[in-house]
Amino acid sequence: MNRVELQEMAEKERERQAAFRCRLLCCASTPCLSSGATAVIDKLTNELKERDLNATVEVVSTGCMGPCSRGPVVTVQVQDQDDVIYENVTPDVAADIVTKHVVENKPVEEHVLPADMPFFAKQEKVVLKNSGLIDPSRLEDYIAHGGYTALAECLREMSPEQVCEAVTASGLRGRGGAGFPTGLKWDMVRRTQRDRKYVVANGDEGDPGAYMDRTLMESDPHRVLEGMAIAGYATGAEQGYIYVRGEYPVAAERLQRAIRMAERRGLLGSRILESGFNFRIDVRIGAGAFVCGEETALMASIMGKRGQPVPRPPYPAQSGLWGQPTLINNVETFGNIAAVINNGPQWFAEYGTEKSKGTKVFALAGNVVNTGLIEVPMGTTLREIVYEIGGGIPDGREFKAAQTGGPSGGCIPASFLDTPVDYDSLRALGSIMGSGGLIVMDDRSCMPDVAKFFMAFCMDESCGKCAPCRVGTVQMHRILERITNGSGVPEDLDTLEELCIMVGETSLCALGQSAPNPIRSTLRYFREEYEAHIRDRVCPAGACTMDQVPLWEYRTNGHAQSANGAQPETATA
Amino acid sequence: MSTRTAAKGATGAENGNLIDDPRFKLIDRTLKRYQFQQDALIEVLHTAQEAFGYLDKELLVYVAHQLKLPLSWVYGVATFYHFFSLEPLGDHSCNVCLGTACYVKGAAEIVALLQEEFGIEPGQTTEDGSFSVATARCVGSCGLAPVVVLDGEVMGKVEPEAIVAKVKERLATRSPRAVAA
Repeated sequence: MNRVELQEMAEKERERQAAFRCRLLCCASTPCLSSGATAVIDKLTNELKERDLNATVEVVSTGCMGPCSRGPVVTVQVQDQDDVIYENVTPDVAADIVTKHVVENKPVEEHVLPADMPFFAKQEKVVLKNSGLIDPSRLEDYIAHGGYTALAECLREMSPEQVCEAVTASGLRGRGGAGFPTGLKWDMVRRTQRDRKYVVANGDEGDPGAYMDRTLMESDPHRVLEGMAIAGYATGAEQGYIYVRGEYPVAAERLQRAIRMAERRGLLGSRILESGFNFRIDVRIGAGAFVCGEETALMASIMGKRGQPVPRPPYPAQSGLWGQPTLINNVETFGNIAAVINNGPQWFAEYGTEKSKGTKVFALAGNVVNTGLIEVPMGTTLREIVYEIGGGIPDGREFKAAQTGGPSGGCIPASFLDTPVDYDSLRALGSIMGSGGLIVMDDRSCMPDVAKFFMAFCMDESCGKCAPCRVGTVQMHRILERITNGSGVPEDLDTLEELCIMVGETSLCALGQSAPNPIRSTLRYFREEYEAHIRDRVCPAGACTMDQVPLWEYRTNGHAQSANGAQPETATA
Repeated sequence: MSTRTAAKGATGAENGNLIDDPRFKLIDRTLKRYQFQQDALIEVLHTAQEAFGYLDKELLVYVAHQLKLPLSWVYGVATFYHFFSLEPLGDHSCNVCLGTACYVKGAAEIVALLQEEFGIEPGQTTEDGSFSVATARCVGSCGLAPVVVLDGEVMGKVEPEAIVAKVKERLATRSPRAVAA
């Protein structure tokens, strides 16, 4: 297909959709599916068939609309009217929607989610623009919403150098967590002179509590493919891989189907859009290893090996997959590319702050009223996210901390709620932006317990290659276990801090280097909680079972001494 | 050889003829799709695990032979990734998500209750091979925390007593195992 045919297909699909008076969009992402979306979709389809409305009303299975805890979610689109969003839709509510809203134009008020509620009003959708509005299994739907025009533009009007310049000018930084300037990385790969190059999309998303990439891959797979193809053109690569973690079977399947459809239409594969550019994408499935989110471990996994990181340099841009220059970006980063090319880098740079441009997708979860997926401009404050978009803390409880960045990040206390959320501000607070997981904790969460939880995670997921991480995480976890079961001693805090420095500075890869972050940040802001556990053997939040006692107290002069001060008879010097 | 291995994962080794087992065709298909390239090892192991339920030694030997890799290499990869199991799993499996959001919403209590009711810890299978419990680090449905995956089905906003009841229901209705000759 060429550019003209692309446009024709877009127009034809838009006409086809406009012919329907009413369209019922049903979220079919994993959370809504598990809440019963299939039954809802079936009910809607049956009701329409019974009333013989199929000519004027269409049922569409779409991707995620955002408020995941209120699913199944259905959006009703009626011509010349605003969209109405329904929450908690059951098959009975679905029947009502057809009889009352579709036929009589009277929305079912009890289940309507107001479109002006802060959860929706405060978001700016760039990456998730199509999510919830298109059918991810239909290429035509993506094209009708402007899909693949960015790729066509690049192939026709721009040189690879110009594409890299555009991405650099936009200020886009890697959305995987580290925030490296994307355009710079692309240019580095472009300039490396080798005959084979690769583009890899990191869809490992191992951070517990994060599901932005899953949503993008399930709801708008073509967007990721288009971003990768543009990257391939810009860097000179002809082969791409999307690494999807094993826990995301639906995402992997939708991506594979999308790739096949795009190839069939000449939008991927050989001679894309009848140009000289070839680009193939293959999906590689992970097998349950958090460390494979680290880029060198990910590449090892794609090459069929154990996912163990290797030292850098050489960086993947010089030597990556099979020793060739490789561009690795997060799935969400690729999700931004089409918008940057279509609207221009200046448009993108209008969003966000000076050093953190654009929007960021967050997975808001934990003890907050509205949990779900949100996309906000960089620089939105934490307070806005938690209280306005998130709707505040349920059950009348108090906000205690917001955890960002997963096991590599930290906890931010209430005193910093007015911090703008961007890469540098969060780093200054001792946390990181991370991939976008934002867990809200109320006063029932115990901070040493949270630190122990994350350390258990790092301990399990450590690949075992380097001693600081392999041994250090175990030792830190043991100390935290003692602190949270009542047998902690004051020296434990000193040892913990020492270990944090040692593991953080000497680990081979970012898993080990950032494993101490939760401990560091909770010690910084919640030290009195640790001290209460040790000194008073009390858990202020009431979460820990403090049923053990300290065994021996070792003084710095090396003499063992029991907790009541008595010296043993045979003292060891 | 126990009847369990014979019914579930035996690779036809008892009659000495590996190729008779039709599930090998699935593995062969994957091998062909990736043109027997060594870097397709993880994909092949995924297919093998799906077809046979777990990776027993004969299976690893077969894969190593087909891909011309040392058995130690294949074993190293199979044991590195959490997904691959070298032990047979139960007929029904319950995977409790222990991601941060689920943890904050009480996933640890679900694990504790399952442990109490069925006597097994995460990573173990019951004596009769009917049920195994595992924990996952995050399945990506955090809006519905706490999440449990029961026999591949994702269930959200789970209460500890409710999931125990569901498991008991599944166990009660399962058909008796076909006993191998």
